[in-house]
Amino acid sequence: MADLKFTDDQASDAEVAAVAGVLGDTNATEHTHERVVRGGTARRHAMRHLLLPALHALQTESGWISRGGLNHVCERLGVPPAEAYGVASFYELFKVDEAPDHDGPVTHVCVDGPCRDGSELVIAQVQAAGGHTHRSPCLGQCERPTAVFIQGRRGPDVVEADSTPFALTQAGNPGLRLLQRMGVVDPTSIDSYREHGGWAALTRVIEMGADDVLTALSDSGLSGRGGAAFPTGFKWRAVREADGDTKHIVANCDESEPGTFKDRLIMERDPFALIEAMAIAAITTGADRGWVYIRGEYPLATERVRNAIDQARAAGMLGADVAGSGQPFDIEVRRGAGAYICGEETALFNSIEGFRGEPRNKPPFPTTNGLFDQPTAINNPETLLNVLPIVLDGARAYRSVGTEGSPGTRLFCLSGHVAKPGLYEMPFGTTLGELLDLAGGATGDTQAILLGGAAGSFVTPDSLDLPLTLEDTRAAGTTLGSGVVMVFDTTVDLTDMCTRISEFFRNESCGQCVPCRVGAVRQHEMMVELTGRNGQGLAPERRELHDDMARAMADASICGLGHTAASAVASAIKLGLIGSPS
Amino acid sequence: MTAVQQPGQSTEVGVTISIDGRDISVGEGATVLDACKAAGIDTPTLCYSDNLTPVNVCRVCVVELEGSRTLIPSCSRPAEEGMVVHTDSERVRHSRKMVIEFLGSGVDLSQADDLNTWADHYGAEPDRYGPKAERIDEEVKIQDDLYIRDYDKCVLCYKCVEACGDDAQHTFAIAISGRGFEARISTEFDIALPDSACVYCGNCVAVCPTNALQFKTEWDLREAAQWKPEEQTVTTTVCSYCGVGCNLEMHVQDNTIVKVTSPNDHDVTSGNLCIKGRFGWQYVQPSIEKR
Repeated sequence: MADLKFTDDQASDAEVAAVAGVLGDTNATEHTHERVVRGGTARRHAMRHLLLPALHALQTESGWISRGGLNHVCERLGVPPAEAYGVASFYELFKVDEAPDHDGPVTHVCVDGPCRDGSELVIAQVQAAGGHTHRSPCLGQCERPTAVFIQGRRGPDVVEADSTPFALTQAGNPGLRLLQRMGVVDPTSIDSYREHGGWAALTRVIEMGADDVLTALSDSGLSGRGGAAFPTGFKWRAVREADGDTKHIVANCDESEPGTFKDRLIMERDPFALIEAMAIAAITTGADRGWVYIRGEYPLATERVRNAIDQARAAGMLGADVAGSGQPFDIEVRRGAGAYICGEETALFNSIEGFRGEPRNKPPFPTTNGLFDQPTAINNPETLLNVLPIVLDGARAYRSVGTEGSPGTRLFCLSGHVAKPGLYEMPFGTTLGELLDLAGGATGDTQAILLGGAAGSFVTPDSLDLPLTLEDTRAAGTTLGSGVVMVFDTTVDLTDMCTRISEFFRNESCGQCVPCRVGAVRQHEMMVELTGRNGQGLAPERRELHDDMARAMADASICGLGHTAASAVASAIKLGLIGSPS
Repeated sequence: MTAVQQPGQSTEVGVTISIDGRDISVGEGATVLDACKAAGIDTPTLCYSDNLTPVNVCRVCVVELEGSRTLIPSCSRPAEEGMVVHTDSERVRHSRKMVIEFLGSGVDLSQADDLNTWADHYGAEPDRYGPKAERIDEEVKIQDDLYIRDYDKCVLCYKCVEACGDDAQHTFAIAISGRGFEARISTEFDIALPDSACVYCGNCVAVCPTNALQFKTEWDLREAAQWKPEEQTVTTTVCSYCGVGCNLEMHVQDNTIVKVTSPNDHDVTSGNLCIKGRFGWQYVQPSIEKR
């Protein structure tokens, strides 16, 4: 790398101190003596993953990524300023255009899904009180609209709703596997976790050995719960068999699919279970480094996970010798900064590494070329939590509920027009109608139900008999996705909702590949046009154009965002929910 | 002397894949695009260049691979034994057409000659998105006398970023900033190029496929409606500044040098030059303005 060049802009003393709070006193290049300079490419590479935390420190201190602040971070980390600016400008929570004209926090108000109704009122209230607002994509609090997240200035980020007492609707239900401790255990205490059965699975894994764990995982039929449903046993085995001195376990907690809040609740209410499952993954795959990448808008989840890691480390469940297994493994927490795309696994790797959160082309796959180009098992919290009952009770018991093609249970995030929105755990195969009944039934006259989030698809009330399994939803041309079940009654303007969904993808496309970058914009323009047609519907050639766009986006985009960005709108058109003359 | 195996070269240790029903053998490490070339199949490319690492972002080179749910970029996908590839199926033609259409609906492709040939081939109709389709609409950035940036023509192929970065120059003056349709090639905070780390090697200009980056000499002539590529001659010579031996191609119009390039297949340069070879030719002749 050539010598870096900087503009004259200097960081303030406060910015220098804020950055030092993250980076300590180590620089990528150290001038130890007039003629002795220590540094080099390897050293710069080794420090680059600190770029995102350093940018967070600048944003919190100054309310933006100032020119002098960026120079300072780049100088300390040996990162070219143009690249760091490219990274900073990628994220919604970082401001790069100009210094803020105020010293206060910024209130982010969700404008998606069930929050859409109340968002403008909340924004008006905050502004009337002299506050500063930002219209935000889904904040992952869909069970308690209208969702609000306060981005702090020289102080912590706050979600006020986090202080309300939590109660699980299904509390006490003996069928709960993943949620059995939720609302019961003290999520801040490792002792409470142990009293509620915690660490038993880790102990069992050390007795079993990695091969038996992998066999149990494969036999259980566990597949990923993020949407792609990749077999977990296969993934972990591939990481175990991959060559590499350093291997990684990554918990993908960048939960950003509109309508999804399950992983937030797991981290907030049962964080030690996530840590235990990651330790099991480490012992099983031989990984020594762990990462929890949590979306930036989840302050309580971040606090609880950090606390759980500290307590687990103090108790010997993390560190040089995990629970006496001989396996070294420790976990670092990384905060996202507002980018839906970073939930895509390879984009998440780039984000941790200090690069723009752009997905990588696959192959090669993460199991061999993941984080830092090293073998990596990446799973979301729901998937990881399934490992605990599989290890403790065996694959046969695990398969005793669910279906042959979709064994076990599934978490569902119910929101919108149902009596009791919230998180529910049900065996695969439960019908959509049974699930809604469990949540007290739909309120009002149901017009449509969005399954799988913005990347999913709409179904009509005719589908209440649909068994919620991977195979049945696939056959019905829809998806379970991340477990979103969002109910809309007949008062909802679905054209408006679909326009917002298309705007969401327009804003969240990383911009790397042409089909997604341009297709998402053209789709949004088409929805705006439809809104302006006052019920005349879409002309036939416009429908054909949407089909053409959706096909190319699904076929030729790099990643899952582009593949699915047109699916919800396409399903609404196909079902006649939007676009038909009224 | 040990024989160096080149990607795309057929050897005994190579792989055989089926392309449009024909078995094609290529060397280990060859891509599907290399195999298509070996089969004599012409493939549209935009972000691909043989002197850069493939980034597979434009998606115009996609092909259909049996067993793959989605189309795959031929430029970056290594050929694997037994692959069955289709380069002219309905799905391939559709996606290639749509990619060109999408680009044409948002940026000015009038000087992207190769792509326009393919647009005709696939029947792309960028106009069908209507007059309200948002286009990139920015002032041309003219910040020095050496090259201009016309972002209305930028397709975000990443080539200039790669050439400025670790594929050639290692200067890192530019990167992608922003996200989605708002993404742009940018210096930090969009500062002017003369204030940035730019060393004016012009290697970004050399790889630009749409003329969004243009030598100022070309820009001035085009503005004056005096750019006449059909009348230009290209003379290859060796740069006289140092002893490396870079080949220079002097593009001459009306007995005046109008731009300098270097061939991608030249052993020494791989198409890259430094500021002196690229821009330091005025001593050969009076400058255009002073004539």
